[in-house]
Amino acid sequence: MLLGKADVVMMERLRAHVTDAVAPILDALSRPVATASEMVDQVRELARLRVENSRLREDKARLLQWQAVARRLETENKALQSLLNFVPGPKASFVTARVIADSGGVFANSLVVNAGSRVGIAKGQTVITGDGLVGRIAGVGVRSARILLTSDLNSRIPVLVGPTRIRAILAGDNSNRPHLIHLPAGVSVSPGDRVVTSGHGGAFPPDLPIGAVTSVGDGGIEIRPFVKRHRLEYVRVIDFGLAGLGPGPAIGGGGPATHGPENGKTVP
Amino acid sequence: MKPSLGVRLDALARRLTPFGLTLLLVVFNLVPLHIPGYDQIVPLLPLIAVYHWTFHRSELMPAYAVFVIGLLQDSLTGAPIGINAVVFLIVHGATLSQRRFLAGKSFAMFWLVFALVAAGAMATSWILVCAYNLALVEPRALIFQYLLTTGIFPILAWFFLRWQRAILRPE
Repeated sequence: MLLGKADVVMMERLRAHVTDAVAPILDALSRPVATASEMVDQVRELARLRVENSRLREDKARLLQWQAVARRLETENKALQSLLNFVPGPKASFVTARVIADSGGVFANSLVVNAGSRVGIAKGQTVITGDGLVGRIAGVGVRSARILLTSDLNSRIPVLVGPTRIRAILAGDNSNRPHLIHLPAGVSVSPGDRVVTSGHGGAFPPDLPIGAVTSVGDGGIEIRPFVKRHRLEYVRVIDFGLAGLGPGPAIGGGGPATHGPENGKTVP
Repeated sequence: MKPSLGVRLDALARRLTPFGLTLLLVVFNLVPLHIPGYDQIVPLLPLIAVYHWTFHRSELMPAYAVFVIGLLQDSLTGAPIGINAVVFLIVHGATLSQRRFLAGKSFAMFWLVFALVAAGAMATSWILVCAYNLALVEPRALIFQYLLTTGIFPILAWFFLRWQRAILRPE
């Protein structure tokens, strides 16, 4: 344990090798379970087909309006960008991977996916689903990679909260409700406010949805992540070409070792 | 007369099964079951195996095997390397010291002692994790994790006992 603190690199390599070796077994084991849970879901869906259908019809009408709005904004955005000679950010590439292991419990919150450095996954890359941010890659093997979830004790993410975009840090504590720390004095946050990545520090691109504020109280401000952990089967690992994981001052008002991956070791 | 190679290999394979089964439990523990909330309270299955085999067949579950199991658990779950290795070894030691006391006792007693040992193990790992991270880890989920582990114990122990009778016949 002490060795693990002293020689992080060696321990990480050991972990990656072990995970790599077991990955095929985990891969095989997770498939039937996923199939079974899909079947349960299907039966459940069948039961509420009618309700679901009417809800979807309403949704569709509403979304069509949004689509029209989005189209208009897109053209407007393009026009304005060309007016301003806007330089678009680097194009992102992504890999979709299957979740093959989920180590729950109090001591660690990580997932393992069945894709590794062989398909271009590297430490520090962002992991998302359609719902929002899942976490980032914390360790890579040849055919497996470990995801550090936003709820992990070691996760600190610079975020923006609510419509007024208040800066804060989202800190995990190994429970399924991460909380906000380092808010500026005198601001008010209310339940229901959306929390998105701010992009400060360069570890994550800005404006990825993370969750919504559920409670504001003495125990701190708790967040309910949009991503449902038990529903995670496929995730997208995105390479945004961000170089922000190098050594450098941690942002967020001196939070505990903000993003620099484990104290400034850059990803090769 | 010396037994033939086949017989000896067969015996060796049988004697390795407690260790193999425990390793399998470590891996099985990680399979995503897609149950809401399960990730918070996932039971510590290898702990049951270490306790059971240490008590019933300690010669087939030596300390170094326990250490390897703990290391595998740490590597795969992403916990700080060594935490589970230490905790499993403590469970191993505690069980060995209670062997004489437990010999010939009922299954309920066997279960009760597991509940105590598991409580100690969970508390130890909680303290170790808090110390390692220099932060207070939310202990609420740990209690449910403990209850689930203790609740699953009879099922796994029953399976192990059957296994013991069928595969590991006493020499």
